[in-house]
Amino acid sequence: MILNPLPPPASTLAPKIDHLFIAMAALTGLVAISVALLMLIFVVRYRRGSKADRRNPPSGAFWLEVGWTGIPLLAFFIIFLWSTAVFSQYYRPPHNAAPIYVLAKQWMWRIQHPNGRREINQLHVPLGYPVELVMTSQDVIHSFFVPAFRLKQDVLPGRYTYAWFKPTRTGSFTLTCTQYCGTLHYSMLGQIIVMRDADYARWLATPNQEPDIIAQGAVLFRSAGCSGCHAPGSSVHAPELRGLYGRPVPLSDGSTVPADDTYLLDSILEPEKQIVRGFAPIMPTFRGQLSQDDLDALLAYLRSAEVP
Amino acid sequence: MSTPDAQLGIPPAAQLAAEQPPAKQFGTRSNQDEATEFGMWVFLATELMFFGALLLGYAYGRHLDPAGFAEASRHTDLVIGTANTAILLCSALTMSLAIRAAQRLERGALMSFLAVSALLGLLFLALKGYEYHDDIDEGLVPWADFRITGIHRGAAAMFYFLYYALTALHALHLCIAIIVVLVYLVRLRGAAVAPFRQQITVAALYWHFVDGMWVLLYTLIYVASPRS
Amino acid sequence: MNAVPHAKHRDVPVPREVLHPQSYLREGSTIWSWLTTRDHKRIGLLYMIAITFFFFIGGAAAGLIRLQLMSASGNLVNDRTYTELFTAHGIIMVWFFLIPSIPATLGNFLVPLMIGAKEVAFPRLNLASWYIYTFGGLLVVATLLSGGVDTGWTFYTPLSTLFSNTRVILAAAAVFVVGFSTILTGLNFIVTVHRLRAPGMTWFRLPLFVWAQYTTSVIMVLATPVLAMTLLLMAFERLTRIGIFDPALGGDPLLFQHLFWFYSHPAVYIMVLPAMGVASEIIPCFARKRVFGYRAMAYAMLGIGAFGFLVWGHHMFVSGQSSYASDVFSLLSFIVAVPSAIKVFNWTATLYKGSIELAAPMIYALGFVVLFLIGGLTGLWLAATALDVDLHDTYFVIAHFHYIMVGGTVMAYLGGLHFWWPKIVGRMYPERWARIAAWLIFIGFNLTFYPQFLLGLAGMPRRYHHYLPQFQLLNQLSSTGAGVLALGYLLPLVYLIWAMRRGVRAPDNPWHATGLEWHTSSPPPKENFEVVPRVTGAPYDYEPTSIGPEPPHPAGPP
Repeated sequence: MILNPLPPPASTLAPKIDHLFIAMAALTGLVAISVALLMLIFVVRYRRGSKADRRNPPSGAFWLEVGWTGIPLLAFFIIFLWSTAVFSQYYRPPHNAAPIYVLAKQWMWRIQHPNGRREINQLHVPLGYPVELVMTSQDVIHSFFVPAFRLKQDVLPGRYTYAWFKPTRTGSFTLTCTQYCGTLHYSMLGQIIVMRDADYARWLATPNQEPDIIAQGAVLFRSAGCSGCHAPGSSVHAPELRGLYGRPVPLSDGSTVPADDTYLLDSILEPEKQIVRGFAPIMPTFRGQLSQDDLDALLAYLRSAEVP
Repeated sequence: MSTPDAQLGIPPAAQLAAEQPPAKQFGTRSNQDEATEFGMWVFLATELMFFGALLLGYAYGRHLDPAGFAEASRHTDLVIGTANTAILLCSALTMSLAIRAAQRLERGALMSFLAVSALLGLLFLALKGYEYHDDIDEGLVPWADFRITGIHRGAAAMFYFLYYALTALHALHLCIAIIVVLVYLVRLRGAAVAPFRQQITVAALYWHFVDGMWVLLYTLIYVASPRS
Repeated sequence: MNAVPHAKHRDVPVPREVLHPQSYLREGSTIWSWLTTRDHKRIGLLYMIAITFFFFIGGAAAGLIRLQLMSASGNLVNDRTYTELFTAHGIIMVWFFLIPSIPATLGNFLVPLMIGAKEVAFPRLNLASWYIYTFGGLLVVATLLSGGVDTGWTFYTPLSTLFSNTRVILAAAAVFVVGFSTILTGLNFIVTVHRLRAPGMTWFRLPLFVWAQYTTSVIMVLATPVLAMTLLLMAFERLTRIGIFDPALGGDPLLFQHLFWFYSHPAVYIMVLPAMGVASEIIPCFARKRVFGYRAMAYAMLGIGAFGFLVWGHHMFVSGQSSYASDVFSLLSFIVAVPSAIKVFNWTATLYKGSIELAAPMIYALGFVVLFLIGGLTGLWLAATALDVDLHDTYFVIAHFHYIMVGGTVMAYLGGLHFWWPKIVGRMYPERWARIAAWLIFIGFNLTFYPQFLLGLAGMPRRYHHYLPQFQLLNQLSSTGAGVLALGYLLPLVYLIWAMRRGVRAPDNPWHATGLEWHTSSPPPKENFEVVPRVTGAPYDYEPTSIGPEPPHPAGPP
């Protein structure tokens, strides 16, 4: 990691970026080392009291100034042209690129394939085929960053932005949000899963599965604020939710109700109706703040064994 | 920079007698005067950049949807805009005459020209207020029942937001300029002109900035596109 | 008039009381006399107290951030607090420390002295500027005490306008207010340099520090209003839901970024140009050499100031702006790097055939050059569009701008404080401690921020409360460095204050330096000079052979 911190390249563009990285490292490294070395030599050689020859100290040299203005300018210009040429390829997706729709929201990536298949925080793609991402955001600005692909593009509300890549290795690659998007910015992670053709076809054929909606519920559990009180270790005194589903719940009026779907839904939408014994009625209502989809996802999550 | 007194044919001693000694850092009175005037120029550069943020917004919005900005501009009131431009240009003239009167220490002329300038400024504000009233009546408020719909609605909304922001910022500046002129009118009553000569010259610079800014806004807002 | 050739001056041992009038420090000793002072030197000190306060608040926030990042998924602070910490760190360090740091303290103290003036042009505005700064500072403290703000120092919309439920308006108000103090300082310096130069002090006899302050002031006056207006629009939109940044209203969040960086990129030069000025004073003095390529140095600063206004879009290569705009901004960003390179080469060449003494200010100044060099060169990586796609908003960026702003500006600021401390307080700082602190800061800084380059290349995004486990080792290294750095920063705080009362009395010109500020007493009298100096030669008239093997200054207390 110290010698070559870059993650191994995994897209067609990544090696081109890496070549530029190497050239840039060489150029700037050379300049840095030579200047630092020169400074060191001068400081030692011309330290006060040394016997070095100090006759005719120069206080300027026109052609030297021209030289060290012109040469960097030329070097920069070459790097600029190179960089621009590579950069322009980010804006030229291959014609056969398959569109993938990305909707970013606090704090998750919703991904939809052309055939309607949906994923959350995961993107399955076939090896060797170009993919074009058509991205927008539901709320704030996010940024779609896959280090192994050297790919980054901000995702904005109110407009579409685009990015493309063509994976060259199978495996799972980190997707991470790089535009600060609020408290849980750091948790907006995902995986790009590059599969062989046949595996991908098999994956595409399987219908949507439950884990997706549970994952969505897990995100909502944090983003809607539930975890602020109900997570273990929270400073607020609130009932624990782990293993709650299906258990009887003692209420403050002395009665007991089973923790079924209706009870959970009521507790989210009308928390003051049934107060758990030993707890203060401090939970706010979430009526109007969560869509039916959201509620479904939350309930699926609460039913699951994933509740913390 | 101020005209040398000798060219105006006024004996310098008559004025110097009425003037304060310079602050220690300036050395001479004329250096202090020039520094003050130069300070006002620097301040105006800052002022320009306050408008500059909104103008950058204008350039950005217009670049994204030129047709939308043209469409929005067509709904502005060209007659009032033009009349207001004429009014402010007249005030620029009267303000220049006021400076000349101040340099010549002509008290009566100075006060009249200042008063006329302030009146022209107030007239501008009155017309501007009437124009806002009309704009609201015509549904040109992007955040309330906006009249312009269709594909250019977004750009037109940005145009009108910037229109209100720029003209309101300008009107605020004009109000300040008018108040400054009124203050000098009050202070000049029964007082000698000479001590105020330099201050009025500097204040007039501000007035001219407000005028000039309006001419720029006029072209950007009212004549941004050809009208049929 | 008293003719003072720039360099031939030597101290003559005359009893101080005979030679010198009362120092500015003794013109009234009540708090009231300080709070109502119009003396640019005292205002410089008032600023110094205020920004030191904020430096340590911002530094405490940084310390907590680094402690949190010691582990990949620790919870020393919770995520919400973490976001508030890095926002507070950014806002305080940028607007309440870095921007006023050198200009408002050393600049206020030195610009009139260096040009042979008795005061700045508008002393009352100068004091007003400090009060405005203090008021802005109170607002920022109020923001922190009332729960903080979590938008990041950049206030990006729509996070700031629609989604954050923290004290956005209060924080924006603090920045808005402090902007006016910046503008007033800039305005004052511009007029001062134009109108108050002593006889014979032509433009090309100005010390480079003054050139730096002048260029900085122009940027302050022209850029700051744009920020003020942008924050006003943002706050207005947050309060009323009326504005031009929300797409639902026909607006565009990218416009906010354009406006914000139109200010904030030149603001980088507000922070670093004065630092260049400080280095340009210290290096010739401790190398006993004329600064190499004086005119090129002055023109380079003007060039940086001018081109600095044209490169803001390089913060937006992946934001969704057009690729052609990105290309143009990239080219301009490479061009603005050229004058910076010229300056580094000239500082290096200044050392050639000099008579170099590594006194504490010189360690700071050379440290500044090295760290600025690294910061500048990594800036080229970010200016290259294709590389920025990978590096944008990763720790590489964090490391890069800390090399410029902390490695560069803070090093130079501390170097300047040491160099002029004898002039400011009339006493020497303890040289040995100062050298220890300088090396500690240099090493601690590199340990803190060099690993962050590697983290960025490895793909670690900034502003992450938890991170992937493979980044942990480098983060721990960085946090360790931060500890060393913190110690390095606390040392000068202690011994500089100690030196104010206990240091060895400073002669008027302890470094045998050539600037006009060394031709008056230490500390200077209220009116700076007893006799208005007349300048007859170019600055930096040093001779490498004129100084013997012994250091020219007292070594300080043991």
